[in-house]
Amino acid sequence: MSTLRTEEMTLNMGPQHPSTHGVLRFVVRADGEVMREAIPDVGYLHRSIEKIAEKVGYHGFMPYTDRVDYVCAMFTNQGWGSACERLGNIEVPKRGEYCRVIAAEFNRLASHLLSIGTMGMDIGAMTPFTHAIREREMINDLIEELCGARLTFNYMRIGGVAWDLPPGWREKSNAYLDHLEPILDEFNNLLSYNKIYVERLANIGIITAKEAIDYNLVGPNLRGCGVKWDIRKDIPYSVYPDFDFDVPVGNGHWGTLGDSMDRYMVRVFEMKESVKILRQALAKIPSGPVLAKVPRNFKPPAGECQIRVESARGDMGWYVVSDGTGYPWRVHVRTGSFAAMGIIQKLSQGLMIADLVTLIASLDVIAPEIDR
Amino acid sequence: MEPLQILERVKNQFGDRILEVADRKLDPFAVIDPKAIVEIGRFMKNDPELQMDCLSNESGVDYKDHIEVVYHFFSYQRRHTAVLKVKLPRDNPSVETLENVWKSANWMEREIFDLLGVNFEGHSDMRRILMPEDWQGYPLRKDFVEPLEYHGISTVRESPIIRLDTKKK
Repeated sequence: MSTLRTEEMTLNMGPQHPSTHGVLRFVVRADGEVMREAIPDVGYLHRSIEKIAEKVGYHGFMPYTDRVDYVCAMFTNQGWGSACERLGNIEVPKRGEYCRVIAAEFNRLASHLLSIGTMGMDIGAMTPFTHAIREREMINDLIEELCGARLTFNYMRIGGVAWDLPPGWREKSNAYLDHLEPILDEFNNLLSYNKIYVERLANIGIITAKEAIDYNLVGPNLRGCGVKWDIRKDIPYSVYPDFDFDVPVGNGHWGTLGDSMDRYMVRVFEMKESVKILRQALAKIPSGPVLAKVPRNFKPPAGECQIRVESARGDMGWYVVSDGTGYPWRVHVRTGSFAAMGIIQKLSQGLMIADLVTLIASLDVIAPEIDR
Repeated sequence: MEPLQILERVKNQFGDRILEVADRKLDPFAVIDPKAIVEIGRFMKNDPELQMDCLSNESGVDYKDHIEVVYHFFSYQRRHTAVLKVKLPRDNPSVETLENVWKSANWMEREIFDLLGVNFEGHSDMRRILMPEDWQGYPLRKDFVEPLEYHGISTVRESPIIRLDTKKK
């Protein structure tokens, strides 16, 4: 029976499709409900951000970095900022680094909440999505108080951050974390341990550790395969060495190591670690300036460097080439979603069409980050 | 190992096929013979001292008189990095693909082909990835001139402020 095949069907999925989280297109070759292959077609959100960088100068590029990944824009800010600081040999004041970490970890929470919420929605569980978005809105409120924007923050500057924490913000943040922690457990009971949900995710889209490294998967997608690797721990940057936190990895508890469920659970556990980091950072934050003195016409010496930061979608690499003028010669961003998208064609072989949706969601692919 | 030690080790193995080892303060790199990239890549991946199991970044830079393809290698086991570069002529730049050594090269090389027009010999799927398939030219080249329209869609926008002014008159 296994050799019996029906006529092959070619289906178009996207670019406008509710489960693709942005503008993505797949050409699906299917035999009945089983896919032979899903060929991704990207580029619908290409805005040539790397070319824009060559025209607007170092300070001027900061708001554009928000648009590289608008779901976790703090990390793109941080990546660009640190790359320029490394080029220009600028030291960020301690309080500035703390502000960066606090803003970034709040952003990681928001990004993961969106990711796990939409993952439930893709499978058909609408209610958990509204809970996750409610929590994310509160984080957006906090960040709005910090920098005036809810998504495209433009909070960081070369040499630190634009604004100090507003008065009373630390207490508010602590109160929010007290509120969020029990919600995370409640969320697990509502969605993560639901039998239908687990069965839709376990043993689907299995990636081995070797394959993940070969395809350059990063962040939660890599940790879901059991590789204990986190830039925050392993190549420490900013003030992350000051904090005590764990790096959760997939363990195949629900099915096979490296399946969609493992990747999902890594995100769920990572949120708890972010809460841990935030509590320590809010308690330990030193006083002092938040922004180093950087000339308005910033001209780093000629040279090149690469910076890696751990964004919500994993290791984000900024490669910057300077020629000594006020405009970067070349900027290249290597993002997690770009790599994750490259593995979908291989993983989709033999999956059901309905599982393609969970596979995309479990890899947490964000379209603007692929296309830039 | 330190980046410079790695480059020295590769230099000892391949001799004059490594054209230059640049000891820079930030990220040291080596410029190599374009014809040797796959061989050197295989060596770095399989050498027990280096174990570069990941091609973490591949990008291209246009320097007006030549084009460079930059490779950032990384080892999860040894936890070290190395940077290699190849210099290519600006007309018909071409270099062998690393796709058969690291799978991640597939998409990154498609991107370089798309934006800088570097051809990767032996690549399984050398198509444009980000730009439309009928796009002319390579946007990240320094001499690229942005077309004024694409299929009747204008790429320039009139400033709304100026338009208000002319209406008043």
